[in-house]
Amino acid sequence: MEKLALFFPFFLSFFYAFFISSANGVNCLDQGQTVVEMRGITKRFPGIVANDNVNLVVRKGEIHALLGENGAGKSTLMNILFGLYQPDEGQIFINGKEVQITNPNVANELGIGMVHQHFMLVEPFTVTENIILGNEPRSGLKIDINKAARQVVELSHRYGLKVDPHAKIENISVGMQQRVEILKTLYRGADILIFDEPTAVLTPQEIHELIEIMRNLVKEGKTIILITHKLKEIMAACDRVTIIRRGKVIDSLAVADTNPDELAAKMVGREVTFRVEKKPSVPKDVILSVENVTTMGNRGVNALNGISFEVRAGEILGIAGVEGNGQSELIEVLTGLRKVQEGTIRLNGKEITNQSPRVISESGLSHIPEDRHKRGLVLDFSMSENMVLETYFHPEFNQKGFLNYEAIDKHAERLIKEFDVRTPSIHTPARALSGGNQQKAIIAREVDKNPDLLIAAQPTRGLDVGAIEFIHKRLIEQRDKGKAVLLISLELDEIMNVSDRIAVIYEGKIVGIVDPKETDEQELGLMMSGGKTMSGGGNG
Amino acid sequence: MNKWRNIFLAESTLVPLAAILLGLLTGALAMLAGGFDPLLAYQSLLKKVFGNAYNFGETIRQITPLIFTGLSVAFAFRTGLFNIGAEGQFIMGMLASVYIGIVFDLPAYIHAPLAILAGALAGGLWGAIAGYLKAARGVHEVITTIMMNWIALYLANYILASFLVPEGKQNSEPVKETAVITIGWLSQMFDSARLHWGTLLALIAAVVFYVLLWKTKLGFELRAVGFNPHASEYAGMNVNKNVVNAMLIGGMFAGIGGACETLGVFHYMSISAAMPGYGMDGIAVALIGGNTPLGVILGAILFGMLSFGASGMKFGAGVPVELIRVVIASVIFFVAAHGIVRYLLKPVLAKQKEGS
Ligand SMILES: Nc1ncnc2c1ncn2[C@@H]1O[C@H](COP(=O)(O)OP(=O)(O)O)[C@@H](O)[C@H]1O
Ligand SMILES: [Mg+2]
Repeated sequence: MEKLALFFPFFLSFFYAFFISSANGVNCLDQGQTVVEMRGITKRFPGIVANDNVNLVVRKGEIHALLGENGAGKSTLMNILFGLYQPDEGQIFINGKEVQITNPNVANELGIGMVHQHFMLVEPFTVTENIILGNEPRSGLKIDINKAARQVVELSHRYGLKVDPHAKIENISVGMQQRVEILKTLYRGADILIFDEPTAVLTPQEIHELIEIMRNLVKEGKTIILITHKLKEIMAACDRVTIIRRGKVIDSLAVADTNPDELAAKMVGREVTFRVEKKPSVPKDVILSVENVTTMGNRGVNALNGISFEVRAGEILGIAGVEGNGQSELIEVLTGLRKVQEGTIRLNGKEITNQSPRVISESGLSHIPEDRHKRGLVLDFSMSENMVLETYFHPEFNQKGFLNYEAIDKHAERLIKEFDVRTPSIHTPARALSGGNQQKAIIAREVDKNPDLLIAAQPTRGLDVGAIEFIHKRLIEQRDKGKAVLLISLELDEIMNVSDRIAVIYEGKIVGIVDPKETDEQELGLMMSGGKTMSGGGNG
Repeated sequence: MNKWRNIFLAESTLVPLAAILLGLLTGALAMLAGGFDPLLAYQSLLKKVFGNAYNFGETIRQITPLIFTGLSVAFAFRTGLFNIGAEGQFIMGMLASVYIGIVFDLPAYIHAPLAILAGALAGGLWGAIAGYLKAARGVHEVITTIMMNWIALYLANYILASFLVPEGKQNSEPVKETAVITIGWLSQMFDSARLHWGTLLALIAAVVFYVLLWKTKLGFELRAVGFNPHASEYAGMNVNKNVVNAMLIGGMFAGIGGACETLGVFHYMSISAAMPGYGMDGIAVALIGGNTPLGVILGAILFGMLSFGASGMKFGAGVPVELIRVVIASVIFFVAAHGIVRYLLKPVLAKQKEGS
């Protein structure tokens, strides 16, 4: 008995020591444990090394950013991790074990889920149906949809992903659709989540919410790999960042130890300026005048409600607004892709209301479309052919119905050189180029038409810092040459930096026109949400 | 030398070739299952095709209309349209040419070309109707072209019976000598196999196909609309007009094919309960040929040989003629399912890549 009593404190201290050390050990493992390791990954595509001996280490519970310009090879690397591509060389370790991820099913089993840049949802199906698709809970032969809905609600509560489980995909916003994609991966039990440029399609508000969601996920023990080229987001949300340039890893560092300027320089390979350098504008004659234009949208209600504004030569008018307030319809009406019910549009004093796209284009209007894949390019055409998409019938390219491909190729060579479009050759299909280079090509084509009015719709959507800088410079160059530029963008930063005047569109009307030097995000935000109308500057 | 080697080892050549071999193999298995000797059957098929001058000439005759209908389908396909209506366009071409051939009295150098032109226009018009319905009303061309096939068949029968076929007969009167395009001396060389200028026209048509699509302004527009109508609209092209044009030109290819068949081979047209079938085979030819003009010609040669040689298989090996349809179907299957072929060819293609 005494002996035991004697030993007791001993015992206690022993236990205590053991407990502490083991708790420490667990803690260490939790923080530092490597969940994903990619070693020496090389992936070649015809004519390009998309990943060149890439090493990537992702630790448990972190938000790891993959930063790089368009075409750097980020998606390729993640598609390899998700089993969509097979690497030519290299190894992958998940939780320390080497694995062969031959297809996405294997990735699923390993707990890897991916939210792609383009959503893969069935539009007429409900949220729940989409989430359980391919993995349905059954009762007998029937799908137990109620049980599924309960599971979805449970998951969405747990991670703070608010969705209506019975809403149809076609009726919910893009931000909501993205949540459905995230829930899909969680429903399949993913612990490692890959997001491929998730914020490219979101409004500033939705981006905030997404960052909140990612934090919740990490808190619940998930690991996140975030592909992005937006430095702001990395600084706000991520723990570590790996920078890829032209297929090679440049650096991998803790976000706390770096700053946006350093990241941008590493990503692009040179110093970049975020400020847009420009002289004050010298507006001259009115080039575009829009008067009381009304048009029907696709939903059967008016998308434009008597909108009026002017753009003068030598100025950039920026149109700010929340998505879906008539921006797309405005562009379509101006370029002849949609009919106007009321009102008049004049270009250089000549009426172009309801004229065909060709007539309008030939009257001196160029247009960088918001959806470059849908409108801007024929992806299966060669670059050479795409460069004359609107001018192939001009006498320099077309003699009596026969096309002069020699002239067309020469024209393409010149533009591609002038605008630094990186393409293996002018005969490469547009599909094979990276987004930034596709956009550069479109801009080359549109600017080369020497238009009086250039409409730039979302010209930098989905592009990296280097390309954005290039495009902004070109827009300002047009202005300085005495052309009129109409910039329509959802990126408030872009509007504020590039425009000489800002018109705010709300529910198909201009609710105010302000000077970017005399306004701030606060005021613009208020106007964009319909909370404030400026009677002074606006004429809408 | 090297260039040729590369052409033959390129994926675009290797895959269809492998598909054809796999098709023949599947056909052989079907024959084995039926208790026939596949080697003997294929031997007899080849013997039938190449065995004597007459049969060789007749094989060429069989190939000719397939080139036309193959081009018709391929042309529409290049512009984003699925032309199931080559059959009907072919029939309308036959009808128009036979009408001109019988009713008019003209010197040969005008009569035959006029009859062919009429066939082209009739086939083109038939296609353009489907194109118009798509452009103006949004009706899918697959539905309309199938319907137009049946309308063509019965309309042709009605017009034949009412105007061109003598009471109580099945066949129309023959066309006038001046409208006939059979090549007499060549036919004689091939033991009176029915050879005609249409074969040359078919080859010219393939060249026209190429030039039109890849060298002209019209072709630029047609291809642009086919690949991406939204971008074409943005670029100021008239998408609807191009849809009609594409179907018009596609229909003309089939229409000329029909005209050559009547003017060159039969010299008359019959009231018929069934479709001639060239239009449907044209879909397969276009598919095998990858919708390129050269591919279409090669596909038509394969198809013509298989379907003409089939009767040889019956004589030589007792294999029912229908079995050749199994072979053809298998070839089409493997061409369409080129994923399977690529998978089987993986080692070969991988070596290719390393080599290049
Ligand atoms: N399936 C493919 N075939 C050929 N080239 C490809 C393919 N996928 C990507 N590439 C090329 O690989 C490079 C890297 O592309 P990607 O990984 O998509 O870049 P990122 O996601 O960083 O923008 C680009 O040059 C792209 O054109
Ligand atoms: Mg990408």
